[in-house]
Amino acid sequence: MASRPELVAPPEIFYDDAEARKYTSSSRIVEIQASLSERALELLALPDDGIPKLLLDIGCGSGLSGETLSENGHHWIGLDISPSMLNVAVEREVEGDLLLGDMGQGLGLRPGVIDGVISISAVQWLCNADKSSHNPILRLKAFFTSLYRCLANGARAVFQIYPENINQRELILKAAMRAGFAGGIVVDFPHSTKKRKEFLVLTCGQRAVNSMPEGKDDDGESCSDDDSEDEENQTVRVSDRHRPQKKQKWNKSGKGKEWIKRKKEQMRRRGNAVPPDTKYTGRKRKDRF
Amino acid sequence: MRLLTHNMLSSNIKGVEKGFPLRIEAEKVVEKPVEMNADFLRKMFEKVEWKAFLEASRSMGYAQLPEEVDSGMLESDEFLSRFHHALLELHLEEGALVCPETGRRFPVNKGIPNMLLHEDEV
Repeated sequence: MASRPELVAPPEIFYDDAEARKYTSSSRIVEIQASLSERALELLALPDDGIPKLLLDIGCGSGLSGETLSENGHHWIGLDISPSMLNVAVEREVEGDLLLGDMGQGLGLRPGVIDGVISISAVQWLCNADKSSHNPILRLKAFFTSLYRCLANGARAVFQIYPENINQRELILKAAMRAGFAGGIVVDFPHSTKKRKEFLVLTCGQRAVNSMPEGKDDDGESCSDDDSEDEENQTVRVSDRHRPQKKQKWNKSGKGKEWIKRKKEQMRRRGNAVPPDTKYTGRKRKDRF
Repeated sequence: MRLLTHNMLSSNIKGVEKGFPLRIEAEKVVEKPVEMNADFLRKMFEKVEWKAFLEASRSMGYAQLPEEVDSGMLESDEFLSRFHHALLELHLEEGALVCPETGRRFPVNKGIPNMLLHEDEV
């Protein structure tokens, strides 16, 4: 079996009765889901005023992530496409309300009513075209625009995602930005292959656009990307643009340290694993190598 | 499904402009008591569309909500407890939601509304 369920079958077929039961009875998955949803809730940064919020859980499945929300006292509405998963959720008597629906068809919710959205390992399913009528770009667009509409001003949406490759990540991020969201990707444990987790953190409306939360790392250090440093490198001077093409060819020493650093910063912002900047960065190898 | 969710839900069919509120066809309604939180109720009161909420609670067989409301009523414990009961304790277990514009029925089974659209409705 392929290691990614997205490659096996559409979600409503992959998560059949057997798979749904297996999913919820595996203590390992339960543990992972709980820790992921806890982290997602943390990233949501809900105001700490003790008032329960109305949250939305996209791809709630059997309600594992919703349980974390209930434990924190919030009311939630869960959406999932797999009836089998929802049946398990009903059996487990989760506290939130459940909806059977397809996020790619857009969310039928009134504008401005939801205080926050979490979604654990679900949005990458949108990148698949499981039926001939499916168009991932249109489905992503329908999802994000309807999501933007139903969120209250300043509300956040946190999606834990497993993008298959850079292109998928870009596709998702682009669709979100087009819908009007601000935000980006927070990577926890970026240096570990197994523990690495990506969270797409989106903000709707006016609340501090530039206050992205920081990712976690093993040594306790936060590893956020500071955009302010490389701003001067990104400006293009007019005189540069009008120079003849010939002169833009690389000189002997390659594209230079600045260029490499800028590219690395760019890749880091996309959430890719990039080696750290050291004194060797951009240096030429010795001839005898 | 609670009335809280019903009040947020609208029909998502392509071309429908006013898909709210969905009409409730109740076959089975259950009550599940939950703890009351006045702060949450006050906050939700701002968001709830009262007319739709009133109609929905009536179609679920609960007729003790007042016709007209204002935010001053939130001080009264009696109103709060009724509001709480209708908003969070009444569950639509079996039945259907009907789109007000197209008349399309979204069936509700085991408390889960099936909001999946057909291909020609997307």
